[in-house]
Amino acid sequence: MSRTLFEKVWAEHVVREDPGAPAVLYVDLHLVHEVTSPQAFDGLRARGLRVRRPDRTVATMDHSTPTLPRALAVVDAQAEAQLSKLKSNCAEFGVALYDLDSSEQGIVHVIGPELGVTQPGKTIVCGDSHTSTHGAFGALAFGIGTSEVEHVLATQCLLQRRPKTLEVRVDGALAPGVGAKDVILALIAQIGTGGATGHVIEYRGKAIEALDMEARMTICNMSIEAGARAGMIAPDDKTFAWLRGRRFAPQGTAWDAAVERWRALRTDDGAKFDASVHLDASALAPMITYGTNPGMGIPVTGLVPHPESIDRAEDRAALAKALDYMGLTAGAPIAGQKVDVVFIGSCTNSRLGDLRAAASVLRGRKVAPGVRVLVVPGSKSVKRQAEAEGLDAVFRAAGAEWREAGCSMCIAMNGDQLSPGQYAVSTSNRNFEGRQGRGGRTLLASPVTAAAAAVSGRVVDPRSLLGGAA
Amino acid sequence: MKTEKKDEFTTVESTYVVLPADNVDTDQIIPARFLKVTDKRGLGDSLFCDWRRRADGTPDPDFPLNRPDAVGARVLVAGANFGCGSSREHAPWALVGWGLRVIVARSFADIFKQNAMKNGLLPVAVDAGAHARIVEARRANPGARLGADLPAQTLSLDGATIARFEIDPFAKECLVHGVDELGYLLERLPDIERHEAKHP
Repeated sequence: MSRTLFEKVWAEHVVREDPGAPAVLYVDLHLVHEVTSPQAFDGLRARGLRVRRPDRTVATMDHSTPTLPRALAVVDAQAEAQLSKLKSNCAEFGVALYDLDSSEQGIVHVIGPELGVTQPGKTIVCGDSHTSTHGAFGALAFGIGTSEVEHVLATQCLLQRRPKTLEVRVDGALAPGVGAKDVILALIAQIGTGGATGHVIEYRGKAIEALDMEARMTICNMSIEAGARAGMIAPDDKTFAWLRGRRFAPQGTAWDAAVERWRALRTDDGAKFDASVHLDASALAPMITYGTNPGMGIPVTGLVPHPESIDRAEDRAALAKALDYMGLTAGAPIAGQKVDVVFIGSCTNSRLGDLRAAASVLRGRKVAPGVRVLVVPGSKSVKRQAEAEGLDAVFRAAGAEWREAGCSMCIAMNGDQLSPGQYAVSTSNRNFEGRQGRGGRTLLASPVTAAAAAVSGRVVDPRSLLGGAA
Repeated sequence: MKTEKKDEFTTVESTYVVLPADNVDTDQIIPARFLKVTDKRGLGDSLFCDWRRRADGTPDPDFPLNRPDAVGARVLVAGANFGCGSSREHAPWALVGWGLRVIVARSFADIFKQNAMKNGLLPVAVDAGAHARIVEARRANPGARLGADLPAQTLSLDGATIARFEIDPFAKECLVHGVDELGYLLERLPDIERHEAKHP
């Protein structure tokens, strides 16, 4: 019987399935952060339960952490209390915590792979919708609510109905200046923010195979923005090379045995998906969003759509409302739009490759007058590597701020935020109203498009700036 | 015993509020700056904060939840893909905290739907026809009443059944009988131990 990658990983983790009831699904790795866990730990205490498998539980601090040097205070007393609560909970329940003093601290979806705890074939959950990131390694990884965080802490299991499968096949080759972020923004623009609801996506095809691991993480990360339960990519030699030697990756003969096992994690020939979508990578241009959900994206060379061009009354009204919030003119080119802030960071685009891409545009150039640029590495490890390569010097010389690791302005919980009415080109994942600060206007784009906006002070086609300063 | 009895959900009937929008995301339901709490309670005041309140903090009298006829409503009606975005369970905590027990929408985002049902908040998906009738009835009469009968899986408008809705039978069982899902999982520990022995 031919099976998809998802079906193989799912079957391996079903503990029990009673008629009429959801499957009891085993969780190999549970990632924990400060925002969605305190109520779950309280629930354990109220019942007198312990964390069943602390050895399969990893915690960090990322959402409400400061990205200015640590000597400065956390944004407010409430955030401080949340951080200290995570510390005391981890101590009480024996959970490993990569806190602000740890040299491995960072965004939970950046440090999981870095530590090597993210591995092919694992089930991985976290009280965070961008857990889908880890699917880039061939893991089944998805976000859960706090009640489910409590379930996993207590039993290492979840009650889950089996999702459907959606094949996203991306063929052809990406043009220079077009990358993973553009692929995923183009997909969401095509299928909509609810287009993959109820499904686990498997990204396949030549264009996906050609991507490096960091680019694959960018794509899987935003699966949730299409409504998907998870996104997965079959592991290959690039996956194994990336993981090899990492702190918690198998070592020695155990490594060889693991790779042998992982090679079977591919969709069999003839396996059926419940639905299928195709994208031609060679036809893609750099993408940018103009509206208030991630499905409202166009090529950077395109025009802001006209509400009158839309048939369905609800969609027409939604577009008109979005353009009103964004202060954009229907029918106008998005290129040329003034920019106040550029944010390069988040679990979508804060890895070394993202920073290198941004630096390739900023090297030898200056940030446009009046534009504030924040570059926030995804982890302390990314920060160290970037500094070893001199990327921090490139950013600083250009006039950008080089910050400490964390979620920062993606979710604007830590004090890094937009002022009302400001326009930001952001490499993050959500352009919802107020996401980066109340009244702030977010345009989602890739690191090179964001860096190009930084030096131009406007939205521009980054391909005009590739190849370094003149 | 480690199993707890949760509140039971059978029927809810009340006036209702219409939020005429698709893709209502969890950042609108409860903005991220309110996620710094370590408790589940007290989020009702911040529900839809940036839509309910103007920039100066005063309530926007035109926002549907702020109108006098919203008082006492336990049902919210919205468009497609309600609850998209983040996995924050603070979204249902805020909706329930405000006093809501039922969300009627064209469709729901997956994680939100799961989170809602774990907090006694019933997500009811209806087709375009029923949705239009519900919205129109509220426009004609702000005192119109919607009722959700979970055991029968029916939705009523001013006492007359207008739609049957689908719900996962297990989730229904949990809501109707107050079954505690964690208790259910804990009863399966022997299976979990066997699985762990086979998959070290």
